[in-house]
Amino acid sequence: MSELFGNEAWWVIILKALLVFVVLVVFTLFNIWFERRVVARMQHRVGPNVWGPFGLLQSLADGVKLALKEEIFPKHAHKVVYFIAPVIATIPAFLAWAVIPFGPEVTIPFTDTVTPLQLTDMPVAVLYILAVTSIGVYGIVLGGWASGSTYSLLGGVRSSAQMISYEVAMGLSLVAVFIYAGSMSTSEIVAAQAEDTWFALPLLPSFIIYMIAMVGETNRAPFDLPEAEGELVGGFHTEYSSLKFALFFLAEYINMVTVSALATTMFLGGWRAPWGISQIDGANEGYWPVLWFLGKTLLFVFLFIWLRGSLPRLRYDQFMKFGWKVLIPASLAWIVVVCVMRRLIIDDDLDPTKILVVAGVLVVALLVVQFIPERRTPAVEAPEPDAFAGGFPVPPMPGKQPVAPSGAPVAPSGEKEA
Amino acid sequence: MTVEPFIGLSALLFAIGAIGVLVRRNAIVVFMCVELMLNACNLSFVTFARAHGNLDGQVAAFFVMVVAAAEVVVGLAIIVSIFRTRRSASVDDASLLKL
Amino acid sequence: MTAVTVVFAAMGLVALVSAFLVVTSDQIIHAALWLVVTLGAVAGLYVLLAAELVAWVQVLIYMGSVVVLLLFALMLTRTPTGPGSATVTRNQPLATVVAGATTVALGAVMWAGFGGEVIDEDEVRVGTAARLGDAIFRTWVLPFEVLSVVLLAALVGAIVLTRRGER
Repeated sequence: MSELFGNEAWWVIILKALLVFVVLVVFTLFNIWFERRVVARMQHRVGPNVWGPFGLLQSLADGVKLALKEEIFPKHAHKVVYFIAPVIATIPAFLAWAVIPFGPEVTIPFTDTVTPLQLTDMPVAVLYILAVTSIGVYGIVLGGWASGSTYSLLGGVRSSAQMISYEVAMGLSLVAVFIYAGSMSTSEIVAAQAEDTWFALPLLPSFIIYMIAMVGETNRAPFDLPEAEGELVGGFHTEYSSLKFALFFLAEYINMVTVSALATTMFLGGWRAPWGISQIDGANEGYWPVLWFLGKTLLFVFLFIWLRGSLPRLRYDQFMKFGWKVLIPASLAWIVVVCVMRRLIIDDDLDPTKILVVAGVLVVALLVVQFIPERRTPAVEAPEPDAFAGGFPVPPMPGKQPVAPSGAPVAPSGEKEA
Repeated sequence: MTVEPFIGLSALLFAIGAIGVLVRRNAIVVFMCVELMLNACNLSFVTFARAHGNLDGQVAAFFVMVVAAAEVVVGLAIIVSIFRTRRSASVDDASLLKL
Repeated sequence: MTAVTVVFAAMGLVALVSAFLVVTSDQIIHAALWLVVTLGAVAGLYVLLAAELVAWVQVLIYMGSVVVLLLFALMLTRTPTGPGSATVTRNQPLATVVAGATTVALGAVMWAGFGGEVIDEDEVRVGTAARLGDAIFRTWVLPFEVLSVVLLAALVGAIVLTRRGER
């Protein structure tokens, strides 16, 4: 961890905070455009291409339109909570970026001040990210509750259950990285990956589990159950309009970028150039690393969009079963393996990669086996009611389907009234 | 700075939580007040850890948090199962300790 | 007045006022929200006392999970959450007396025992993850193991309690 964290001039800190804010907002606008273009391409459409070069300004125009829409307070809404819920959802989304490293130490142009391209760092930085993003759940739960509408409430309850359960899997998948890097500070994890390889390779199961959990954590398709259009209208933000809706929208997209950036930092070497480019002198110095970092993050954003474009939504019980019965046991087993291996490696110089690869294949196999559906014992079916038991037709008991014996057709109930 | 302000704050928080446990009828609010009391204890643990210059108090605070999590898990399960049979989450309705 | 004193006063005031509102507020959801504010203020006090890891675990576990679970239970049990839903018992005066006595007794004992102990502001031992891990897995390893069994028992107990049918 650099000595500079916490000891910088105030204007440097303000400048960096402002830059993080601007980057996030611009990145969100870009992502909305990017998502629409990519999904359009996957569906053989063109997507927004009129307003600005390649349609890049489309999301800006949409944002302005959204802000100018009518502000609606539902009659049954709880006014104060309804108002602050979008704010509670948005602020933690920004806060998490305080500890994401964008690059190495650089000199600020036109001055000779040296500063790391990261707002701050602390020994428990990743824990801080997890803690802060978990606060964002409140925005969704309270927004759903305060709207005073059943669909909103259902969406809020669904998302709270979903985010709590997938946060467990997410945290567990990161534990392996902590053990491997020996630190929870983001900049030290990036440094540890510079000495070793990218953690995505030796910790492949953790990486896979993290990628699944991050989709669940951000409420994105195929895990977008809190806002399932077919079931809940719009989920927790059904009753929201105008700027308050825009804040929820912003929070969702920033969260998507946050988990992508965290994945980049934890598993894909952070801001360090990928192999090949890193052979070139100066690839890991100056402002170049920002490019690698944003590129890797964009890769994950593309993954999100790809998933959304290709997968159908899960059913809620399948989703919960998957989280609790597959992801969490698999990551617990994997952590045990990593702990044992780590100790063995430290003690007597075992060849680490070979064993980890074998164990990784085993755990991935375990994951695949878990995907095979459980065999259900067929339920003992109740004997079909005999509609002619007493010699003449009687209506079936509640819950029983009328069966048509051959030769005596049962008239569908609709025809009787006609 | 001495430890007295921290201890005083901790004692006050504990008392407020105690009032809540004694006064409120809804089991979930009683839970919240128990959490308040536990937090008051944690505050004094951490204060003493700071004053004595070792980390044992912070470890104790950790353990209290774990116990609190266990307590919430079991407590909420009990509340939900009582609610199923009695359709109420009031502690007075469950005073006979049977379903 | 040092900066520490000012921050302590602000955080302490927030914690006290919001704790009071937890106990007195009319609606259950408001009580839960004020509890979140109290927990946040206490987490701030932990940071002030150089307990970094404990503070963030407090935010992660208490604010991020426990209170969300409480809210979840509120919505699951369809408890009426409107104004006046949080009824109180009639023994308020008695409760006040008991709580007042508790405060005085607690305060007096702690004051007599530990009053005058000074927090040395120059010598800071920050409770980082590494140091706490050392303490837990060396000195406190047996209590830690026992606690993990307690957690497991709680988990199993909760599942058994909420299971329907097939007893």
